[in-house]
Amino acid sequence: MSKISISNLDFYYGKAQALYDISLEIPASEVTAFIGPSGCGKSTFIRTLNRMNDTIPIARVEGKVLIDGEDIYAPDTDVVALRRKVGMVFQKSNPFPKSIFENVAYGIRINQMHENKSDLEERVAKALDDSALLDEVKDRLNASAFSLSGGQQQRLCIARALAVEPEVILMDEPASALDPIATQKIEELIVGLKKQYTIVIVTHNMQQAARVSDRTAFFMLGKLVEYNPTQKMFTNPDEKLTEDYITGRFG
Amino acid sequence: MNAGMEHRIIDQQLDLLRDKVLLLGGKTETAVQRAMQSLVTRDSKLAQQVLDEDKIIDQMELEIDRMSIEILALQQPAAHDLRLVISVAKITPVLERIADHAGNIAEAALIINNEPELKPLVDLPMMADTAMKMLRTALDAFTSEDGETARQVIKQDKAIDKGYKRVFGDLIGMIINDPTTTTSAAQLLFIAKHLERIGDYVKDVCELTVYLSEASFIKHSPRT
Repeated sequence: MSKISISNLDFYYGKAQALYDISLEIPASEVTAFIGPSGCGKSTFIRTLNRMNDTIPIARVEGKVLIDGEDIYAPDTDVVALRRKVGMVFQKSNPFPKSIFENVAYGIRINQMHENKSDLEERVAKALDDSALLDEVKDRLNASAFSLSGGQQQRLCIARALAVEPEVILMDEPASALDPIATQKIEELIVGLKKQYTIVIVTHNMQQAARVSDRTAFFMLGKLVEYNPTQKMFTNPDEKLTEDYITGRFG
Repeated sequence: MNAGMEHRIIDQQLDLLRDKVLLLGGKTETAVQRAMQSLVTRDSKLAQQVLDEDKIIDQMELEIDRMSIEILALQQPAAHDLRLVISVAKITPVLERIADHAGNIAEAALIINNEPELKPLVDLPMMADTAMKMLRTALDAFTSEDGETARQVIKQDKAIDKGYKRVFGDLIGMIINDPTTTTSAAQLLFIAKHLERIGDYVKDVCELTVYLSEASFIKHSPRT
């Protein structure tokens, strides 16, 4: 069974329709990439998977998004619990103005996940380790998160997402503001994390989608054009439009 | 959508790559044709010319390799573009091998041309005609990315295999009947084998043409 099952999803900003009849099955423990030109709806779509669009007053969703078979748009859905289960990492790293330790500890504390101080410390260390950051920061956990480099800040945000033990991680252009070395670290991290998590990534960088993802969905003008295994998508796509996009025939 | 079509840097490079491989194909075709002509007309000068020009073919192979690697590294092609670069990179050494076989035929011709003439050659030139026709059609199919024609060419290889068996039997019989023909007959046997191998290499070109046009691998798969 798919981890996330989307059927006939339409999305509107007021009267303007941004997504048209999207149906997609996202398997567990895989990396699924969303690609497409700017304004194609891929970021809007990823945000429907943990109801981040709820914060936009004029936004309206029709259709179904099931995670583990449960309708996340059902009226009795606990949105806070949903966002704990479906974590998110954004394009621009957004650490809290706190220490490295407190950034990761924050979610654990507010969700009351820890039993005592040493359990909290262990959970923070594990999240930092899982995000490949621990070795670089273990001697300065009390330093400000802003003292870290851009790439490290992004991995801190991933650690913060991992700390609350999510099952799905949504990443919206997680490496677009990073240099090649930092990007490579994030990509290695994504591939490493997929054993434990279901990962959905929006990326402008097609080579990144090719490198890290198992499946790729191509969006254009709010519609899902093609969804296939990444290997198929980049060697022999079914749709001419996909071929034209991934080979740079239109911008 | 197509209104926004842009001219891509890679297009020019892919066109050039395709041109180069076709030029190599043409040179290879000529090498096989001249090698066989040097045998049939006992023209040792022509045979030597085939051997001399093999160096040009080797250089063309290196040039295409360099271009393919550069496109892969710098343009990171995908989908059809990727299949084109991969198929060119794989077809190039195959064409170079065919040209090597042409060289080997020319070497055999040089030896045979110094020996007394045997009976007029019939089956060998027929095998060579089939092989050259297959090669020409295969290169045309590659240019037009015509997988169906490529599949048809593959089937023609059986005729070359049959010709080889017939020639083999005839030449062994000739050696048994008249041992003084051994030198020439042995060289003709080698030539028959080279033609048989050329047929196999043309099949490789066709398989890669099917990969280019249909993205499917038919190599090592049972054929109907």
